[in-house]
Amino acid sequence: MRSLSEIETTSKRACRAMGFSWGVSEEVAKGIRLLELFGLPGVKNLNQYYENQDKENFENLDLINEDNKAYNSPLCPINLGIRFLDQVKKIENINQCRFKKVAYPILLLPFLSRSSEIIGKKISFKFDKNEFLLNFNINISSNFLDKEFPVIASEAEISFLENKDSFTDREWKNLYKLSEETFVEETESLKQGAAGAGLTDND
Amino acid sequence: MNVELRDPNTIMKLSRLGSFHQSKLSFLRSFLNEFKDWDYKRDIFNLDKNGFGIAVYSFKKQERVYSLICFANQINDNERSDRVIATKWDAAFTLYDGIPNNQDIERLKNEVPKQEVGRLSYKELTLSRANKSVRVFDHVVESLSNGVQPNLSLLEKVGYLYRTTAVYGSGKFGLADRFRIKNRDEINGPFRLEMMLVYLVRQFTFDQVNHVAKSKNPKKAVNLDLKICKSLGIGNSTGLGMAPFIVNHPTLLNNWIFCRETALKKIREIKKVKSNDSDLFKSCIRNSIKNITSWNTESKYQLDKIKNLLRDIKKFVDFIENEFDFHVDYPFNEIYLWIEKETCEECIEYIVSIMMEPYGEITNPLIKKMSSEEEKYFNIPTDRTVNELIEIIEKKYPYILSINFNKKENYKKFWFISKNKEEPRLADRFEEQGSDLEQPLAVARDIKKLRERLSTYKKDLTIDQFLIKNSDLRHVVRRAFIIEKFPYSEIQDNTIGENVVPIDMLRLKLSFFGALKFDPRSDKWLRICMFQGAPLPNELKNYDEQWVYQSHFKI
Repeated sequence: MRSLSEIETTSKRACRAMGFSWGVSEEVAKGIRLLELFGLPGVKNLNQYYENQDKENFENLDLINEDNKAYNSPLCPINLGIRFLDQVKKIENINQCRFKKVAYPILLLPFLSRSSEIIGKKISFKFDKNEFLLNFNINISSNFLDKEFPVIASEAEISFLENKDSFTDREWKNLYKLSEETFVEETESLKQGAAGAGLTDND
Repeated sequence: MNVELRDPNTIMKLSRLGSFHQSKLSFLRSFLNEFKDWDYKRDIFNLDKNGFGIAVYSFKKQERVYSLICFANQINDNERSDRVIATKWDAAFTLYDGIPNNQDIERLKNEVPKQEVGRLSYKELTLSRANKSVRVFDHVVESLSNGVQPNLSLLEKVGYLYRTTAVYGSGKFGLADRFRIKNRDEINGPFRLEMMLVYLVRQFTFDQVNHVAKSKNPKKAVNLDLKICKSLGIGNSTGLGMAPFIVNHPTLLNNWIFCRETALKKIREIKKVKSNDSDLFKSCIRNSIKNITSWNTESKYQLDKIKNLLRDIKKFVDFIENEFDFHVDYPFNEIYLWIEKETCEECIEYIVSIMMEPYGEITNPLIKKMSSEEEKYFNIPTDRTVNELIEIIEKKYPYILSINFNKKENYKKFWFISKNKEEPRLADRFEEQGSDLEQPLAVARDIKKLRERLSTYKKDLTIDQFLIKNSDLRHVVRRAFIIEKFPYSEIQDNTIGENVVPIDMLRLKLSFFGALKFDPRSDKWLRICMFQGAPLPNELKNYDEQWVYQSHFKI
C-alpha cells in the first residue's frame, strides 16, 4: 500500500510535469492525498485527466459567476478548483453557482472540501443525479460510493449551506430534558456562596 | 527587562545556521529524556558466528511497544559504499510499531535490506541502513577476541563502529504516515522515532561486536568495556537529501528556531542567576573544550571554523573566569552582548547552546512546541491585497530584495531531483542540463520576482485576482503569507548563488538532531556522530543530563 506521503509527493511532481506551476501542483497534490484519505479514487482520476489533457484541451475559467459554461471543451477541474478555492469568499455571496461541462468532477471535490473549511459552511455539490456534501474538510459524504466516477459532469451545481440544525425543536427539547436528569437541585445555602452572590450586578 | 528575540535577518543567514550546535532542545537529547523510564529489552539475538542474522530490541511502556528489527548481512568489501547509490549494506533496520511476529519478520527480511526498492507497511515507522567502519570494527573484534580492550586512540579518531547512510520515516516507501502516530504523547517532538532507531542501532553494534569476538575465541574473549561503549556513538553520512527538507517545511523550521530563540531570550531575561546554575554553565563550557580538541576533520573549511571556535572559547573562558561577575543583574544578557561583540558566529551559537544547560524548566516546555501542523497554514489568504503582500515582503525579506538576480553569479546553481536515486542534487545551470526541471528551492530569486511583479498591479487588487495571471509565483505567495506569522520560517539567503555552501543547510538540521563533530567531506556532504557519550539503554533511568560534554574517551 502506498502511503499518503508518497501519494502527495508523486502527485505534486506529476502535476508539475503536466505543466502546472509548482504552487498549483502543491494544491493538487494535497487534494489527491485528501481524496485517497477519504477512500475516493484520486490517483486513478488524476491519471485519466493526464491521459486526456492533450486530446481535450480543457478550458480554463478566470472568474466564477452564477452561471458558468465551457464553450468548446469541458472545464478543467484543476483550474476550476484553484479559482473556486481562491475566490470562495466572493462566491459565497452568490450562494449558488452552476457549471456546464466540468471534466473529471472528482478532482474538484478536494478544492470544495477545503473551501468549506475556509468559509465555515457546508458545501453541496450536485451533478447528474449525484450528490456530495463537503463537511468543513472533515469528511465528504455522498450517494456515489462504489460507482465509476464520470469523466464529464454535464450540469453541475454548487451551493453553500447555511449553518442550521438538522433536527427539529421538539427533538432537541426531548434530548435536553433527558440531559437534565444528570443535574442536582442546589440548596439555598449553596446558592448564597455561588459566584457573584452578594454583589450588585450594577457595578 | 524585556530582551527582543534575535533578528531573523541575522539568524537565518546560511553562515549563521551553519554554525549551530546541539543543545538541550536537540531531538536525540529530548528522545532520551522522553524514553528514560520505558523498559528496554533485547528480545531476539540470532546471529551466526560471523555476526550475520536477525536481532530485535524494544522499548515498552504499558501497552505500547516499539521494536527495532535488525538484519545483519554479509557483503563484500567492494560492495560497501556510504553513497546513496549503494544497493547493499552491512546491516538494515526498521522500527516496528508493536511486537513483530514471525510472519512480520519473514516479510521484512525480504524488504528491509532492499531499502529504497523494498516496500514497507503502515506497521513500520522508520527505516535505515548502516555500514561498518571496517578498520574499527575489525580491530575491536581482534582485540576483544584476544582478551584485551581496543586501542582507544583509533576509537577516538573515528568515534563509532557503524555509520548510517540514511534514516527514513513519515511515509517513505510505504512506512506509516505521520498522521497515524502524531497524537501519541511520546512522539510529541520531531524525529523522535528516527532518534529511537539510531539509538537502538548503537546498542546492536556493541552486541554484535561482542558476539563476533566471543565466537572467534570463546575461551579468551572479553566484552567491550562499558565505558568505551558509552564513548562510542553512531556515525552518519549525510548528503544533500536533507537540504530541501528545511525549505519545504517552513513552519517546522520556524518552530525549531523560534524555540531556540525563545530559550535564549528567557535566559537573558533572568535577573539573578543562582550559583549552581552559573557553575553548571561554566563546567559545561570547560568540559566541552575536549569535544572541540577531539573533533577530527580533514576539511579546510571546518578546520578553520574549529580553530576560530577554539580560540574564541578560550578567550571566553578567560573572560568568565577572570573578569566576569555572575552577581551582576542579567548576567546571561551581559554574556550574550560580550560574545556577540568579541567572538565568531560559530562561538556565539556554541555558547548560546550551552547557556541552556542549567535551564530545563525553560527548555522542556519548548520541546513540546517544536513540531508543526503544517496543513493549517497551507491555504493562501486570497482576500488580502497586493499592497499587504508588498508590505510583508519588504518587511520580512529586506536582504533578499537587495540581491541582484540579473548577475549570473547570483543564480548560477539550480536544485533538481536525480532520476536514478530520486535524491536532491545541486548543479551549475550554465554547465549542466536540466535547469528547466528546477525544484522550487530558489526562494530568494522567486520572492524578488514576486515583489517586482506585484509593483505592476493596483495596490488594492486582491490576491485571488493577482493569482489568475501569476500562477507561476503561487508557491512564493504562500510562503510570504507564512513568514508573516512565522518569522523564522525562511532562510534569509540565496540558495542558488555561486558561493552557496549547501552543508550549512545540512548542519542546521543535524544540530537540531543533536549531532556532534561535523566532518565535511566536500561542500555537499558530511559525516557526523550521534549519541557519542550517551547513556546505554540500561542506564537510562538515572543518567547525567550533561553527558554530551563527557563524550570524550576515558576509562
